[in-house]
Amino acid sequence: MTPAETPTPERGTARLAFRLLLMAAILSLAMLPVLNQLPVDSALHVSDFIVSIGGKWITYAVLALAIDLAWGYAGILSLGHGAFFALGGYAMGMHLMRLIGTRGVYGHPVLPDFMVFLGYKELPWYWLGFEYLPYAMLMAMVVPGLLALIIGFLAFRSRITGVYLSIITQAMTYALMLAFFRNDMGFGGNNGFTDFKELLGMPLQTANARAVLYYASLALLLVSLLLCWRITASKLGRVLVAIRDAESRVRFLGYDVTQHKLFVFVLSAMIAGLAGALYVPQVGIINPGEFSPGNSIEAVIWVAVGGRGSLIGAILGAFSVNALKTWLTTVAPDLWLFALGGLFVAVTLFLPRGLIGLFRGEKRA
Amino acid sequence: MKRFLLSCFLALLLMTSGRAQDGFVTALPGLGASFGETASAVEKLGASGDPRGLSVLKALQDGTLLRTGDGRILLGQGNGAVDAATGAAAPADGAEPVRLNNRVRSALRSALGQLQLLSPDATERAAAADAVFRSASAENIRLIDTALARETVPAIKEKLRLALAAAQLAGPEAEAKRQAITTLGHAGSTEAREILLKAKAADAALAAPIDVALTEIDRSLAYRRAAETFVQGLSLGSVLLLAALGLAITFGVMGVINMAHGEFVMLGAYATFLVQEALRGTPFAPWALPLAIPAAFLITAAIGALLERGFIRHLYGRPLETLLMTFGVGMVLQQAIRLGFGAQNREVISPPWMQGTLLLPGGIAMTQNRLWIILFGILVFLLVVAAIRFTRLGLEMRAVVQNRRIAATMGIRTGRVDALTFAFGSGLAGLAGVALSQIDNVSPNLGTGYIIDSFMVVVFGGVGSLFGTLVGALTLGIINKVLEPYAGAVLAKVFVLVAIMLFIQRRPRGLFALKGRAAEA
Repeated sequence: MTPAETPTPERGTARLAFRLLLMAAILSLAMLPVLNQLPVDSALHVSDFIVSIGGKWITYAVLALAIDLAWGYAGILSLGHGAFFALGGYAMGMHLMRLIGTRGVYGHPVLPDFMVFLGYKELPWYWLGFEYLPYAMLMAMVVPGLLALIIGFLAFRSRITGVYLSIITQAMTYALMLAFFRNDMGFGGNNGFTDFKELLGMPLQTANARAVLYYASLALLLVSLLLCWRITASKLGRVLVAIRDAESRVRFLGYDVTQHKLFVFVLSAMIAGLAGALYVPQVGIINPGEFSPGNSIEAVIWVAVGGRGSLIGAILGAFSVNALKTWLTTVAPDLWLFALGGLFVAVTLFLPRGLIGLFRGEKRA
Repeated sequence: MKRFLLSCFLALLLMTSGRAQDGFVTALPGLGASFGETASAVEKLGASGDPRGLSVLKALQDGTLLRTGDGRILLGQGNGAVDAATGAAAPADGAEPVRLNNRVRSALRSALGQLQLLSPDATERAAAADAVFRSASAENIRLIDTALARETVPAIKEKLRLALAAAQLAGPEAEAKRQAITTLGHAGSTEAREILLKAKAADAALAAPIDVALTEIDRSLAYRRAAETFVQGLSLGSVLLLAALGLAITFGVMGVINMAHGEFVMLGAYATFLVQEALRGTPFAPWALPLAIPAAFLITAAIGALLERGFIRHLYGRPLETLLMTFGVGMVLQQAIRLGFGAQNREVISPPWMQGTLLLPGGIAMTQNRLWIILFGILVFLLVVAAIRFTRLGLEMRAVVQNRRIAATMGIRTGRVDALTFAFGSGLAGLAGVALSQIDNVSPNLGTGYIIDSFMVVVFGGVGSLFGTLVGALTLGIINKVLEPYAGAVLAKVFVLVAIMLFIQRRPRGLFALKGRAAEA
């Protein structure tokens, strides 16, 4: 029980203001696809570009949330969350590939184009079942979850912490990238999956599909946010923070640190997988490049910029860094990597609590 | 005495060439008469051992050998021609090129081989010896004997002995055959294996000795393959060692995780490129690479010192933040180089003394630059160990690592030591860059391919142990190369990564873990 948690009058109003702001933000996010339906000459019209990029950013925000849950609360800095995101994306990609059916270049009723091209005679066993959306969504959670379970079990059990864990997770995503580049993996090799046609019977290029995917992403964001809130506010959340700050002490107090960390790591991976599954139909492509270690570490910097240890901060960071990226890559593409690198340096040196720390006016790191 | 021997030798030469000249002149008219006569004339020329026969046969091969209506043989040269027998210029009017059929062609091939066996040029003789060996024909026995008697170069002599064995195996004498089988068995090459297999199929009586010889060949081939894999692994391992040594200092000794290490390696490679360009056209140009070594070290060490003093020291005790920050620095460095030098590969030329392939004893081939990198890696490793053990800075470095506050009370300026240690580690990355510029593309993302492997080496070998880094690098290099033929380069890498993760389960602190208090830091 820290003194900061006793409600003072100022703090009460600040909290109220914060909640109102949050409500307004969610509402305005929810309004985007509706405003997109307005006539083009209307002052409130929102372009297709904004809606599709908004949907993409929301899935990024979910990924940031997942990273924040593991890093900000349990102190697990994973540099491989991009792999969980990409695995979820591949699960959805497999579903979308199955839905192409005879509309592919080769017109094969069952096999995707690249398999026909590579001379497959039948669908590999691990492709079975992906014609059903619920199964694909389940796999988008289960596969990253299982991978996180294995890696996490091996790592946490032998008390691999801190930078060692970061390097191992980075090696994991690197190894997966190398593996997925191979043609004989049965995942399209270098080219990955693309040329998707439809989802749930809706052609992907329509405003309707965009809106549905947008709302699905927003719903995922809100559900994960609520879930993470519940977890971090519970006793479990407090134990996680204690593990982050003094792992050995928590262990000596009798808590099973391994299990706590494993739980939060697996949950975080599953959320990241779902985010990836919603990301892929919105961008229309998934390839092994998504596994590149750079992607994972970029997602970590969203969280750092927004403010780790704050769920809203993670979301804020994902939106603001990506807004900066979209703006800079159109205005001055050469400068973007300088800006991103600079962000890494500036945030770690000067803004340890991120943007949200500025709002809260907290001094301590 | 010497003079006497020499004159004897000269007399012998004159005698043989005198006799051969007759053979040469009498053989000539046969060329171009009929295919059968042409072939036998070619064989005679081959057997004559006359050097002039070589130019005639080469002209025949190139289609420039002409025959006039009255049966003289001319060597066509551009528009004119030379009489093959007299060497005088002759008009080529009405001369027809000598035509070939398959029989003539095969006679021509072995005759050329025969003549080249006696050629004054050593490389030509070596090639001819190989050709005669492959033809494995009994007709060559006498010729090879002559060549063997004359040959002075041991390597070519060895080739000739094998060629003789191959010829004898096709010949009539049973005892010679047996000896030939043993000789070929010792040769341990795939060609010898094929020749033996053919002989076994032709003559069932020889099956038993040939089988013995075959197992011997197979065994030595397996040894050679293993040795080659080992050397390749050693070469990859020394590259990993160079890339990881700097990390072993900054991460292993100081505990600072520097994700920009790969970019320092890249900067070292670009420094090499710059030195090469600066010296282009000057007399120092062939020495650009050795001169690049101090240049790359100093440049990367200076940048490393700046990075440590300017940024990293504010983050001591916060490794995760250090990781992110240095990653950002790496990104900026990479982009700066990309904008400054362009995204395409820059070419760093190997100096002449590093080019070419080296044949190690036992027939193991290895490129020169790989060998130099292995030597360079070992040298750098020894220097680093010596620097840490025997220099003042090394002593202070160890003191600060063991107990910073007591070191400070003893009058060591810990901040300066931190900066110098980090600069040292960064400089080592620059040295790795010099080495990598010889075998990899010098491009802005040169370093990204090595950073994860280098960390794996340090973690696998044991953080804080230089010896562990050495063993880790060489082990990973060799394991990678051993797995490659079975799994392919990419999967081998994946296997190694998985294996390291499992290994860390058993020994979380690496192969050579620090024990005691330092391990808990």
